Order: sequence, then C-alpha cells, then structure tokens
Amino acid sequence: MMLAWLILVPVLGAVIAAVSGRAARDAPRWIALAALAVELALTVAIAVTAPGGRWLAHTHWRWIPQLGISFRLDLDGLSLVLILLAIGLTALAVAASWREIGERVGAFHSNLLFTLAGIVGVFLALDLFLFFFFWELMLVPMYFIIALWGHERRVYAAIKFFIFTQGSGLVMLVAILALALAHRRATGVLTFDYFALQGTALSPRIAFWIMLGFFFAFAVKLPAVPLHSWLPDAHTEAPTAGSVLLAGVLLKTGAYGLLRFVVPLFPQAAHAFAPIAMLLGAISVLYGALLAFAQRDMKRLVAYSSISHMGFVLLGVFAWTALSLQGVVVEMVAHGISTGALFIVVGMLQERLHTRDLARMGGLAAELPRLSALAMLFAIASLGLPGLGNFIGEFLILLGSFTVNRSLTIVASVGLVAAVIYALALVQRALHGQPHALRPAGAPLLDLGARETTVLAVLTAAIVWLGVYPRPLFDAAAGGLDHLQQGAPLIAVASPAPTPAPNSTPTPAPTLALTLALTRAERPR
Amino acid sequence: MSRVDLLALLPYLVLGAAAVLELLVIAWRRHHGASAWICALGLMLAFAALFVAAPHTPRAVTPLLLIDGYALFYTGLVLLAALVVALLSHGYLREQRAQPREEYYVLLLLATLGAAVLVASDHFASFFLGLETLSISLLGLIGYPRAIAQPAEASIKYLILSGLSSALLLFGIALVYNELGTLSFAALAPGALGVGGPGAGPRDFTSLAGVALILVGVGFKLSVVPFHLWAPDIYQGAPAPVSGFVAVVSKCAVVALLLRYFLAARAFDAATLTLLISVIAVLSILAGNLLALLQDNVKRLLAYSSIAHLGYVLVAFLAGGALAVEAVSAYLVAYAITTLGAFGVVGLLSRPGQGRDADSIGDYQGLFWTRPALAAVLTVMLLSLAGIPLTLGFIAKFYAVTAGVGAHLTAPVTALVVGSIIGLYYYLRLIVALIRPAPAAPVVASGAPAEVPSGPRARACTGTLGGTVMAVLLLALVVLGVYPSPLVSLIRHTAGTLTAAADSLAARGPR
Repeated sequence: MMLAWLILVPVLGAVIAAVSGRAARDAPRWIALAALAVELALTVAIAVTAPGGRWLAHTHWRWIPQLGISFRLDLDGLSLVLILLAIGLTALAVAASWREIGERVGAFHSNLLFTLAGIVGVFLALDLFLFFFFWELMLVPMYFIIALWGHERRVYAAIKFFIFTQGSGLVMLVAILALALAHRRATGVLTFDYFALQGTALSPRIAFWIMLGFFFAFAVKLPAVPLHSWLPDAHTEAPTAGSVLLAGVLLKTGAYGLLRFVVPLFPQAAHAFAPIAMLLGAISVLYGALLAFAQRDMKRLVAYSSISHMGFVLLGVFAWTALSLQGVVVEMVAHGISTGALFIVVGMLQERLHTRDLARMGGLAAELPRLSALAMLFAIASLGLPGLGNFIGEFLILLGSFTVNRSLTIVASVGLVAAVIYALALVQRALHGQPHALRPAGAPLLDLGARETTVLAVLTAAIVWLGVYPRPLFDAAAGGLDHLQQGAPLIAVASPAPTPAPNSTPTPAPTLALTLALTRAERPR
Repeated sequence: MSRVDLLALLPYLVLGAAAVLELLVIAWRRHHGASAWICALGLMLAFAALFVAAPHTPRAVTPLLLIDGYALFYTGLVLLAALVVALLSHGYLREQRAQPREEYYVLLLLATLGAAVLVASDHFASFFLGLETLSISLLGLIGYPRAIAQPAEASIKYLILSGLSSALLLFGIALVYNELGTLSFAALAPGALGVGGPGAGPRDFTSLAGVALILVGVGFKLSVVPFHLWAPDIYQGAPAPVSGFVAVVSKCAVVALLLRYFLAARAFDAATLTLLISVIAVLSILAGNLLALLQDNVKRLLAYSSIAHLGYVLVAFLAGGALAVEAVSAYLVAYAITTLGAFGVVGLLSRPGQGRDADSIGDYQGLFWTRPALAAVLTVMLLSLAGIPLTLGFIAKFYAVTAGVGAHLTAPVTALVVGSIIGLYYYLRLIVALIRPAPAAPVVASGAPAEVPSGPRARACTGTLGGTVMAVLLLALVVLGVYPSPLVSLIRHTAGTLTAAADSLAARGPR
C-alpha cells in the first residue's frame, strides 16, 4: 500500500498543481515542492521501517486477472537509490525553473510531477505489463514539457523523442508478450509476473531474440550509440527542468531496465550478447566524448557528454561483476547530479546571456565569479576528477570490466582522456578568455542569487559527498545488487577471459577486498 | 414464432418500431427536437431490450438470425455508437434550418437496424439484407445536407462503390451456394467448406473464389487496402457525425459478421485465405499510416488512420480462435469510442450552415488555449488512437499484439509495430497544432475582426448535450483504460461464447 502512495502522491500533486495555477502564479511551484517533500518523507519512512532482506516493501493487487496482470510493486535497494535520485532532481528542477518558466506554470509543474510518477512507477513495477504501462506513461508528460516549454526547435525535438522511445517501447512490448506466451506454452499459465517469468525455459535462439527486444528499448533510452540520435535534440531543446529530468532520471530507466530485466531474465542470452553490448558501450564512450568536443551549443555539448557517461554504464552492466555493478550505481547517481547541475548552469547562463553558443561567451569568470566557479566544478566532476562522484563510478566500472573484457575496457578508458578535452574546452571557451564582442553591453550580469546558490550548493555537496564517501550508497544498493547478481551469475563466471575455468573462481575474494580498500581510502581524511 | 423467439428478437423489434414511429410522427408534425429524442429513446430502449433477450440466448430465430451472446454484444456496441451519433447529430443539425432535418433520424435508425441484423445474421440472406439496409440508409445520411456539393458527391461515390461491392459480394455468395447448396452459416460448419479436421479448408477453386469475392465485398465496406479509395472522400464529404457512424457502426458490424462467418466456415484453416488477409492487413497498416502523414485535413487524416486501425483489427482477427474474438472485440470497443470522440469533436467545432466542417488542421491551431476542454478530449482520443497507456487504446493494442504474437504472425505484427510508430507522427502533429499559440484573428482595416469561416473560435459554446456526450466518452476511455477488467469479463461472457459454440460444433465433427 505504501508503495502505491509513492505513485499517488506525485499524481495528486500534479492535479492540485494544475488547478492551483489559476489561484496564484507561484502556487504550483510550492505545491510541487510540498508534494516532493511528502514523497521524500514517504520514501525514507519506507526505507527506514523496512524489515530487511532484499525487498524493502511490497504491494500486490489484482488488476486484470483474466490476463494474468497484477498491480505489483516491489522496492529494493537499487530502486530506492534511483527513486531518491529522481525525487531530489525533480525538486532541484522545480527550483531551477523558478524564473525560466513564466507561462502556464500550473500545467508545467503538473507535467513535471506526472513524469516523476511514471518514473517512480518504472522503478517499482515488477509486473512486466505494469512496467510497460509506466514506461510508456512517463513519455507523454515529458513530450509536453519539451513541446510546450522548450527552445527554438522544440516541436521537432519532442516528436523525435516521442517516436524513438515509444517505437522502441513497442518492440519491447512484443518481446514481453513473446516471453509471457512462451511461459504460457510451457506451464499453461498466462502471467506477467517478473518472478514467475524469470524461470521460463526458452530455447537459446528464442531467448536471444526476446532479450534483443528488451535490449533495444533500453538501449534507445540509455542511449547507446547507434540509437542515440534523439538525445542531443531532446536535451538541447527541452527547458532546463526537462533536460535535468531527462538526463538525470529518464536515461537511468534504461540502465535500470538492463539491470533488472535483460540480464536476470535472460542470463545466457545476455552473456552471449555481452561482447557486443560492451562494444557498443565503449563506442558510446568515445563517440559521445568526441562529439561533445565538436559542439558550439553548450547544452548540446552537455547532452553528448551524457552519451559518453552512459556508455560506461552499458559497459559496466554487461561486465556484470560485483565491482562493475557498484560502479554502475554510483555512475548513475553521479551522472544525474553532475549533468543535472551542468544543465542548470547552462540554463542560468542562458537566462543571463540569451544564448547557449559557446562562441558568443568567453570571459564570464570575471563577470560571474561564483557561477563560473561552480560551472568549473561540475565540468571537472564530469571529466572524472578523483574526489568527485563520477570518478568513483567510472573507476569501479573500468576495474570491474577489466577482468571480463580487457581490450574494450582499455578502449573505454581512453574516453576519460576525451572527457578531459571536452570538459576543459567548455571551461576554456565559456569562462576564460576575452568576452565576446557581440554581447550586449550595458547592464552588468548578475551573479547567483540566493535560490540559485542553494540549488547549486545542494548539488555540489552531493557530488563531493559521493566522491569522498560513497559507502552509504553502496550499502543502500548492495542488497538489491547482490541478489540480482546471484540470480544471474553466468556472465561473471563464464567471462570471455582467456582462461575461463581456473581464472574465474578465485576472483570474488580479491575484488571484494579491493572494494573495501577503495571505499575506505576514499573516506575524508 | 414462439414467445421466446419474440423476446430474443426484442432489441431488433424495438429498433424497427422506433423507425416506424419516427416516420408517423414526422407525417403528423415536424419537430427536430422530438425526432431526435424519439431516435435516442428508441436506441436506449433497444439497448435495454438486450437484457431482456440475454437470458434466452443462444437461440436461432428462424434460420436467418442467431441471437447469441456474440450478437448481443455487438448489437449493444452498435446501439451505443448510434446513440452517440444521434446525440451529436442533434447539435450538429440544430443550426441547419434550410431543409427538413427529421428524416435524418429515420435513416439513422434504419442504418442501425441494418447493422444490428448484420451482427446477428447466421445466413447469407440476412447478411445481405442487413448490409443493404445499412448501405442504403448510409447513402441518405452521407448526402443529407443536399444543398452542398461535397456531401452529394460523397453520396454518389458511396452509391457506386457500394453497389459494386454488393454485386461482387452477391456473386461470391452465389459461388459458395453453388458449391455447398446452402446459404446458412450453421450448415457450413461441420461439413461443407472444411470437410475433415484441421488443415482442410475450402480447397476447391469455386468455393475459394466465392469466399475471396465475399472478402472483396466485405473489404470495400471495411475500406481496407486495396479497397480503400472511397474512404477519405466520403469521410471528408459527409457531415462529421455521419463520418463517425460510417467509421464505427458500419465497420464494427461488418468485422463482427466476418469473424462469425470465418469461424463458422473454418476458413482460418485455409492457408490461402489467411495469407490473403494478412497481405490486406499489412497493406492497410502501411498504406493507411503513410498516407495519413500527407493529410492536412483532419477528416481525411482520421479516414486514413481508420484504414490503418482496421489493419490492426485484422491482425487480431488473423490469430483465429478464442483470443482473436476477445482481441477483435476489445479493439473494436476502443476504436468505436476513440473514433466517435474524434469525429464528435470535429462535429462540435463545425457549423454546418457554412458549407464545410471544421476539418482543416488550421482550424485546430491553438484550440488548447481557446477551448481547453474540447482540445483535451481530442488529445486523449488521439493518444488513445496512438495506443498510449491510461487509455483504452493501449489495452486494445496490447490485446491485438498479444493475439498476433500468440499466433506467430511475424509479418503482420511487425507491420503493426512499424505502423504504430509511423502513426505517432501524425497524431502528435495534430496534438502539436492544438497546443500551438492560437493565431490572432485577422483584423480588417475598420478594426472589426474579419470573418473567420467555420473556425473553432467562431462558436463559443459546445452545448451541454455535446459536452456531456464527450465527457462520457472520455470517461469510458480512461476508466476502461486504467481498469479494463470488467470489459474483458464482459467480452468473455458474451462475445467469447462464439468460439465455444464453434468449438463444440467442430467437436461434433462431420456428419
């Protein structure tokens, strides 16, 4: 029951926010924040009062019994971490769009909260039909956010976003149905329950195709390289809050899907597919970084850097070692924070300069010292400086993947160098050098106000905390991750390392020691 | 004919009686409101009579009609759809004072009667009778605003093509009769077309040609590719509520009949026929969606979208068996609600007196800011057509894909997925038009706003009746989309009985 409230609270908030827009201009903002506070309190309460074990909470209702569909929500550590991330980023998105969104404020916040409801549903649903339901549902409000409040080419970007994600979702629907019907043929029971379907006996060929259907949808959302072309447009054209939610949370649903569904449901097929997926991951890392460097539009640069970061996630998921999975979780959270922050920074710059063109910036450090310092901080967080969150994530992913696929890991680690180039190029071009001649002179630029400072301070604290003391995050996600990995151990064991059998058995002990050593070493001194 | 027979026939008798009463009232005194209410009441009473008939099913009333759960389910669907059309027509015709409006409702009742007979028919004679009653009444409805060129043109087109398809249909029926010596579906089942068990089918060329011709005739009514050319013109030309009626009532009834016939004739066992239908389905989905991309006229867009949706229905149809009946029924319910809703909005925005409906995409620009309620309804209807969750369209698409995947229909399911992706574009395009800023009314030199013919802003109020109907449709769409369990149960207990009957007939085997 509690879990259903996690979805209902944002929905109720959305309805009230939509109505309240008429009463007062700023009322929807406060209502959205209040709904998010309630949501946060509820999540924390559920996590704290949880009995322990893998599943922290559980809801199971009949929904469409004739088709074996139930309303089933389960919360484990992985979901908990991602839901907290989603709530936090939504709150910051509300704060960041305080001045940017001046029209139809009620509708905007209503859409924002509906998106959150869909996202929370995706992270909780363990009935495949229900999962698909939320998966599709979260697209609609996001579509409206982009199409209504976006920048110049918003309609194009919104339609492209919708068609890519909805279309790939339909492929997943076919895969879900193929799986459920295969299960019915084997057992005579039609069900969409995650746990029932987990043990479905499938011929390797069928399993591979069904797995591919799921992978396709998640790889579009992640995005992995050949399927990424919606992302730069959507992220660039969306309003700041939309970009934050897209990059911070919506992309994570793709990673979550890979973790929760692709590998556990089809361990063998996923294992067979792992080299290709890891290759796509490595390509995404490099390609995203290279294209980020080539951008003039600051927002587009940040968008391409997302592709690079998500390449690491894809690599780590399909390496499927304890280390790489922990790295994936940290990377997801760290990317949510650092990229979210960068989008907010871009939004703030655009409010002041009315451009996102890097060629028309320059020399901002002198005029906007505080904003520039923080922009610099998030840029170097994005390039993976030790001491900040992204470093932990990327380092653990590379470390965990190295035992599985050496060559691809080496290729991907080159991406860290490329990240330095694009991140520093951003800093160089926007903040240093001479101010651009065309910038309207006259009114001096205002540095950060109290609201903006608060938003960025929270993000700064989070990214530093994640960089120096990620232990609580590991602990929170551990319960979920361990079970996921035990449920589908095949990839780690039969890794495509040169000598399979003798080499793979002793690995767990040293990796565990390494994790502990690493997390200890990162404590504040 | 016994008392029970009459009770089972009651819904049809009520419909017929309402049509006669309507005529008598018109002969006595013309009154638009009264005629509309008689029509609506007649439809409601006929719907209520379904519950009287229900306990007596299944019952064959004369060799022509078989009143079973399946027939009652589809009769109910047809009646409710016709009721929606009648209520919307009242608002649509209210301002049209140039010509008598009352006969419209007679035609509507007769067309509904034809459709209702169609879904209950168990015999080629009643099939043809129902189809012709439906088509000829539709002819009058389409061309009803006879002072305007477009509806008249549409009516003539429909007359010619409908006549052609009827001729082909009759010829097909004749061929089948020639082969089997019977016109009754019930007699087809155990022997006839499918002598022997599964795998057998209409092997013989003559009967195959007969079924193929029947399929062509039916294909015209369903406006599936390649028999679709009439649909956009007629949807565009006909008054908006009538377009809705053509799209929903006549198509649902014909699909229902086709399904009954195919199950009775065991035509699903004939590989040639299923191949033929899958080709039609794939072509309809692809052509319908691709051509819809090119439309700037909302009614034409809806026409092409309806062609594509019939393709989706055929995917579910092809699955055969119990799942197909459920999936087709669920899909048709969703299709009926959304299509009526979409055409309803078109009708509510239109002023029939001005020569054309509000059907250009420009008429819809900025509707969200001028008439938010109607725009919201249209948005939800379009999202449902696109198959987005929280709407019944999503459940329906889910059902259709389930049926398709379950029957291993690789090509049709692929077409369905591809078609749905293409479809998103034009539905979103219309939604985008709705949320764009409204164009400012052009201002002439004198300062007064220029005349905006039939624009959405030309009429401020929708009328409570139209608004209520839209609200009910919206509510049904969303409630059933979130909690479809009752609908699934209803379909299983009524329409689902069809396959049970067919199975028991099949089990009895050849005589």
